[in-house]
Amino acid sequence: MPSVFGQQSVGVVTPQTYHFDEPLFLACGRTLPKYDLVVETYGKLNAKKTNGVLICHALSGNHHAAGYHDEKDKKPGWWDNYIGPGKPIDTDRFFVVSLNNIGGCHGSTGPTTINADTGKPWGKDFPKLRVRDWVNTQARLADTLGIQQWAAIVGGSLGGMQAMRWALEYPDRVRHCIVIASALKLTAQNIAFNETARQAITADPNFFSGNYQVNDSYPKDGLSVARMIGHITYLSDDGMGKKFGREIRSGSFQQGIDEPVEFQIESYLRHQGNAFSSSFDANTYILMTKALDYFDLAREYGDDPASAFAAAQCKFLVVSFTTDWRFSPDRSKEIVNALVAANKPVSYAEIESNFGHDAFLIPIEDYYQIFDSYMKGISIDE
Amino acid sequence: MNNSIKKNMRSDLDIIFGWIKPNSRLLDLGCGDGTLLQRLRDEKQTSGYGLEISTKHINTCVQKQLNVIHQDIGQGLDNFSDNSFDTVVMTQALQAMEEPHKVLLEMLRIGKEGIVTFPNFGHWKARLHLLINGRMPVSDLLPYEWYDTPNIHFCTFTDFEILCHKLGIDIIHREVVSQTGSWLKDFRPNLFGDTALYHLSKK
Repeated sequence: MPSVFGQQSVGVVTPQTYHFDEPLFLACGRTLPKYDLVVETYGKLNAKKTNGVLICHALSGNHHAAGYHDEKDKKPGWWDNYIGPGKPIDTDRFFVVSLNNIGGCHGSTGPTTINADTGKPWGKDFPKLRVRDWVNTQARLADTLGIQQWAAIVGGSLGGMQAMRWALEYPDRVRHCIVIASALKLTAQNIAFNETARQAITADPNFFSGNYQVNDSYPKDGLSVARMIGHITYLSDDGMGKKFGREIRSGSFQQGIDEPVEFQIESYLRHQGNAFSSSFDANTYILMTKALDYFDLAREYGDDPASAFAAAQCKFLVVSFTTDWRFSPDRSKEIVNALVAANKPVSYAEIESNFGHDAFLIPIEDYYQIFDSYMKGISIDE
Repeated sequence: MNNSIKKNMRSDLDIIFGWIKPNSRLLDLGCGDGTLLQRLRDEKQTSGYGLEISTKHINTCVQKQLNVIHQDIGQGLDNFSDNSFDTVVMTQALQAMEEPHKVLLEMLRIGKEGIVTFPNFGHWKARLHLLINGRMPVSDLLPYEWYDTPNIHFCTFTDFEILCHKLGIDIIHREVVSQTGSWLKDFRPNLFGDTALYHLSKK
């Protein structure tokens, strides 16, 4: 359809809600009796249903990965740089499925939605989730859509962990696994950042032990600080220096003038924190960071990632970025080494970039080219 | 000139191609655009990986649907386990290694067999260049000035074979190719051959 958004955009998209009534047994031992998933799709499912591509979102992501929600929408979905007609995740070839995971706060069942048993929002009582729980809900979504096998499952960061878990849990249901800026498990430093962010939230007097919704409250300041901490770790020192340096937004250092100085980086970070905390839920943030912390691909395989990957049947593309220190190239190399040791097909590229962890969202030529080349090699006619 | 180089490169690959058994598991150190790996995969059903540092080459390999891994072979190969490949190949890169002898040992630790190719510094043109001009040889095969060349460890065929002997490496096959296709290379390889190809194994 002709679009005001240009040839390479999927244009206006409308999310859909899928209801699931079959109880979901969770890794934590609890059961979710029923749940909703909010889903966007781009492109058309082919007759054989062999061109499905699943997008797994990261910590703060959601179902809105590409396109616009209406003609006046200023910002496209979070991965619009890579999803669309003629883009690496080419919607002229692939049927792209992007969902908001359970535990999220953009329409799928999570802490902000109503618990049917109590008639109140789940809040802090929402079950703790693991990556495998998301993978199980995604498998049920695939069943509903009639997709027996995904052409590819793609994810960055926490999304990459879901893609890898898929390859282990449902080896015959995925042909290609694309893991970008991810890890087999978080390092102590990475968990430390998550815990500091969580402490910022729980220390907010408006948190009410997680029951802020029923108290008509919201830990906005805490969540803002949590996001600011996260945001710092998603950028690189060099990138931040180039973008902001020591530039001053207001005030003066002139002697004799008592005018408080605000650096550009301070105002930028506060803006990021505020914008995020206006559109995200604090309990979801805690839940998602916990899922990140708990993930350890090889835990139940004797801590041997090569034997974890032994059952995988798909091909892998692994990508990392030079200045990403939250999910550093070393973490990606661990994935690659495990795949090589397991004798699995894998290609790996370490992309030169200034953008830190955020690079996976940003158009970078080498990354775009290699991603595009890989996706073009995926057969949709299996 | 370009044509003759191309023809010559093809003959390098032909020889390597002949040494590799069907269905082998290969590791190609510095696989470039993947020409060798692609041909071996398509015609001899080999599997394995290429290591490369150029993103341009990585992209070309991905286009060919080859398994290519971004890795600098100069930084070590200890992420690969012992005897995990049938053959480890390294073409025209030995002379650029900081510690060529260690790389050779690594190749034969990881692979049951190894194949290396390198330019012969004992070629008559190189000898003549140094003799007449008193300067380090610069030619079409070795086009760099001494100060900005990636090639930091030159050797002649004879030097290489002495090293193999020292390291306890067996030479299964040796071939010499010459850009000019000279029959003289068969007569005096170290003088007339410009590229050496060695097929190696552990003793």
